Amino acid sequence: MSGPPSPFAATAVERRQLSVQQLVRLLLACVTTLLLVPVLGILAVLVVEGGPGLTWSFLTEKPQRLGAAGGIWPALVGTVWLTATALLVALPLGVAAAIYLSEYARDNRLTRAINLAIVNLAGVPSIVHALFGVGAFVHFLRFGESILAAGCTLAVMTMPVVIVATRESLQAVPKAFRDACWSLGATRWQTIRHIVLPNSISGILTGVILVVSRAVGETAPIMFTGAVFLRLVPPESVFDRTMALSFHLYTVSTQVTDVPRHVPFSVALTLILVVLTMNSLSIWFRMRLRARKKW
Amino acid sequence: MVPAPGSHQGLDRLDGAWWRDWAARVLVSLGGISAILFIVAIIVFIASQGLEFAWNRLSWAELLTGARWEPTANPPRYGAWPLLAGTAWITAVAMLVAVPLSFAAAIYIGEFATGSRREWLKVTIETLAAIPSVVWGVIGLQVLNPLIQQWFDTPVGLNVLNAGVILGLMAAPIMTTLAEDALKAVPDTYREAAEALGATRWQVIWRVVLPHARPGLSASVLLGIGRAFGETIAVLMASGHRLLPPTSVFDSAATITATIAAELGEAAVDSDHYQVLFVLGLVLFAITFSINLLADGLVRGRRRRA
Repeated sequence: MSGPPSPFAATAVERRQLSVQQLVRLLLACVTTLLLVPVLGILAVLVVEGGPGLTWSFLTEKPQRLGAAGGIWPALVGTVWLTATALLVALPLGVAAAIYLSEYARDNRLTRAINLAIVNLAGVPSIVHALFGVGAFVHFLRFGESILAAGCTLAVMTMPVVIVATRESLQAVPKAFRDACWSLGATRWQTIRHIVLPNSISGILTGVILVVSRAVGETAPIMFTGAVFLRLVPPESVFDRTMALSFHLYTVSTQVTDVPRHVPFSVALTLILVVLTMNSLSIWFRMRLRARKKW
Repeated sequence: MVPAPGSHQGLDRLDGAWWRDWAARVLVSLGGISAILFIVAIIVFIASQGLEFAWNRLSWAELLTGARWEPTANPPRYGAWPLLAGTAWITAVAMLVAVPLSFAAAIYIGEFATGSRREWLKVTIETLAAIPSVVWGVIGLQVLNPLIQQWFDTPVGLNVLNAGVILGLMAAPIMTTLAEDALKAVPDTYREAAEALGATRWQVIWRVVLPHARPGLSASVLLGIGRAFGETIAVLMASGHRLLPPTSVFDSAATITATIAAELGEAAVDSDHYQVLFVLGLVLFAITFSINLLADGLVRGRRRRA
């Protein structure tokens, strides 16, 4: 069909701009895909190299020859102890801080200082947290090198995670819910306790999971505060020192000689399976929260 | 009976619920303030462990410029220049890796990708962020090390390049998230206005979105630097930990963080060596603290003007 050219037809310049856009888009997509490579690559390497060594007896036996043979049972148990201690300390503090920031705080200097402190707590290098743990918990509070000291160090380090996750979910509860509750004569705390918290439980659980995932993987903060190279019996109290999965992985990779090639990979695979399970759980929670939210 | 206007009679109450409310307010405020307390405590405790030495016997000039770090020699030398140089080299390589990756990913995820592809990319980036530092270290030791030896024909694969690539990949996820936030903070009306003038999507991004998001993007790079700078275990395992200033990316190097981690266990409590490690920790804290303040200022300054 011929006729006068449509005024809406693309000019040569516009066509060129469009192809530039297509090109850039493709390029960006390719670079973004590059981020997939390390994720898949690392998982593949760990599974291929470490998978065969990851047997039931590897998980449930004691290490032999400094970890070059045998299993990782005491390290697994120790990691559970450390993580539980960190959680018990970080959760109440973090949730309290989040409630304060979301429900009580006004936009003033104190609130800004708290927010800045949280950002900094999250941004301080892990080895600085370790130094703090040594100075404050091991020496000053006389916890000695123990699960308690290491757990507290991890708790200070992971508290921002709880705060951020909890605060987000508290703020997602509509203001109208609170107004309705207050108008019935409830106090602020009654409103929080009966209306706000029950509606944001998934956010708090997300915080819990992320703390566990962080605490399980951290090595530097526990190296000098409670983790030991070798201790064949699992800990019996929080004042014991303990082996830990992450620190064990560090020692079998760097400190012990004659370690068969597959051993560090098997330990790393165990570690990453725990971490990724935790992370998938948190993603699942978030999606469920989003799907369930009706307001 | 309705109370008279202006009177609080019948509305004020001091029952159990009121006291519980008061107690909750106090406890929750304490939780909020605890974050500040911890930051202050970090400064106080790290300083208190290292201050005596820093005050009396440490030469700051030597610490910052001295080329020899020999804390166990006799007499000991505390020149941290090799550590500072190593940290700078490795952080620079990390940023060369992380900035293009994270900006591209942020633009693609924020401005182009939609639906399930977007979700999947975000999950991937979260997964990358979740890989523990010590696992990255193992990858550096066992996978990148032989690869670098093979590809570049160098005798040692544990070097600046290895540690830099690993730190870059570790910093990329958080930088992507922050950069994406910065892009998201640009009002949609700006995009719409540009599109109404006939700009393509890329022109909108390049001419409108990116310039407007520049402070946020700079903040994301700053925080990425802070992250790479403070990473400990991965860099200790992948850098080769050689106490000399590197002169190329194929040299092994040592960082401040890795040195603290490697030597704290061997230094006797309260010895000079032990104390100088805390001084290094204080330096690290001061640098990351400034980075965080600066990044916060960048984001806040833009928000105030917008």
